[in-house]
Amino acid sequence: MNWILNNVSTITDATWAHVWLALPAIVLSFVVAIPVAWFASRFRRSRFTLLLVAGLIYAIPSLPLFIVLPLILGTSVRSLVNVVAALGLYGVALMVRYAADALDAVSTDALLAATAMGYGPLRRFFGVQLPLAGPALLAGLRVVAVSTVSLVPVSALLGVNSLGMLLTDGFQRGILAEVASGIGATVVVAVAVDLGLVGLGRLLMPWERAAARRDARRTTVEDEQAVAA
Amino acid sequence: MIEFRNVSKSYDDGTLAVSDLSLIAASHEITVLVGSSGCGKTTLLRMVNRLVTPTSGQVLIDDVDVADRNPVELRRSIGYVMQNSGLLPHRTTVDNIATVPVLQGTPAREARQRAVDLMETVGLDPSMARRYPWQLSGGQQQRVGVARGLAADPNILLMDEPFGAVDPIVRADLQRELLRIQGELGKTILFVTHDIAEAITLGDKIVIVATGGRIAQQGTPEEIMADPADDFVTSFLGLDEARALHVSGRLVVDPTGRPVGRLA
Repeated sequence: MNWILNNVSTITDATWAHVWLALPAIVLSFVVAIPVAWFASRFRRSRFTLLLVAGLIYAIPSLPLFIVLPLILGTSVRSLVNVVAALGLYGVALMVRYAADALDAVSTDALLAATAMGYGPLRRFFGVQLPLAGPALLAGLRVVAVSTVSLVPVSALLGVNSLGMLLTDGFQRGILAEVASGIGATVVVAVAVDLGLVGLGRLLMPWERAAARRDARRTTVEDEQAVAA
Repeated sequence: MIEFRNVSKSYDDGTLAVSDLSLIAASHEITVLVGSSGCGKTTLLRMVNRLVTPTSGQVLIDDVDVADRNPVELRRSIGYVMQNSGLLPHRTTVDNIATVPVLQGTPAREARQRAVDLMETVGLDPSMARRYPWQLSGGQQQRVGVARGLAADPNILLMDEPFGAVDPIVRADLQRELLRIQGELGKTILFVTHDIAEAITLGDKIVIVATGGRIAQQGTPEEIMADPADDFVTSFLGLDEARALHVSGRLVVDPTGRPVGRLA
């Protein structure tokens, strides 16, 4: 406990560094995955290949990727760009499948209605298909977000500051409290990001909140009926 | 006026949905396309706003080939009402109704105001304005669908089994409302249904479509009922021997004595 109290600013700095690596990577994952998923969903024959490639990318071990990527990007190994790019790559690989499934699952009735009313293709995508895929996209993004937050510490092995530094440093110096605070703070960041995404979803998809209330109510009524019967 | 000129539609797998069909739907009238499922009537309807492109032949609106019009502009100029309402689940009632005017560039505020007026036209309480589609009953959703079709004040309204999914009482109510609205607005309406009773209730002109998109008979309800062209039409109208009706007391009964109606 003493170690924690004496090193509050170290933990805070590492936490913020962690957040600033994770958030851009999460945003990058989403922004890149959407057009790829759109392509996979629009051109059915490309779907298998694209998802296969995404799956293979996700299978690359992370430490080698952190080291190889700079050769392609022309950055230094410790550059934040390198770390964000690597994290983003894993995020995209994970997100593409969720996003392709989410876009595919949008009701064809709604899409047909939109076309029949005179939506152009671009407007239909952003005005109808994307928002209606929203809940499923959010579900996928939450997984990507938590996965990204827990992948960030690997970059500490390269010497990039994040909560991972508390783990490597704590192990080397044998300070258990430092290791524990690194793990604890990572969990806190993951939960905070997740809650943030849920809040963002509520804000952007007001129709879903109403529908969720309906489903909850319906389930309750059905349960009561079942119990009564 | 909508004119189908020798239109055919065949699909890659060889099915012929429509074959060499010619038809005129007069302005300011309700023309009902009626036929069994899969007879090609919906395909015909969708040719008008270019959701389906005919394999051969032309569809003309007021003598202009729709193939020469920009599809997006064309669709915005034609009202479309579909089964299960096709409302956008993430938009409230007013926003659903205001969709096309907003696409055409009408300021959202103005379009919403007009949407509220239209709710009155189709018999919806203004308190429904802020509700999402799932918060409405099936009949209310269809009313919203009709209001949305009318929102941009189109000359033409395409209606694809709009009242097919609601119960008979609500359906009768919606049919009455449609006739009242049509009396006020005088749109050119092309209406698709598989329900001959609905066709007779609504149609100024009825077109009976047989499988393969062939016209079995067309005419006013009176003409068709009085003089069915062939056995297919006779049986479709329910006029065959098995349904020969006679009066028994105040009841109208079929050959087995089952009541099917009552004299007024």
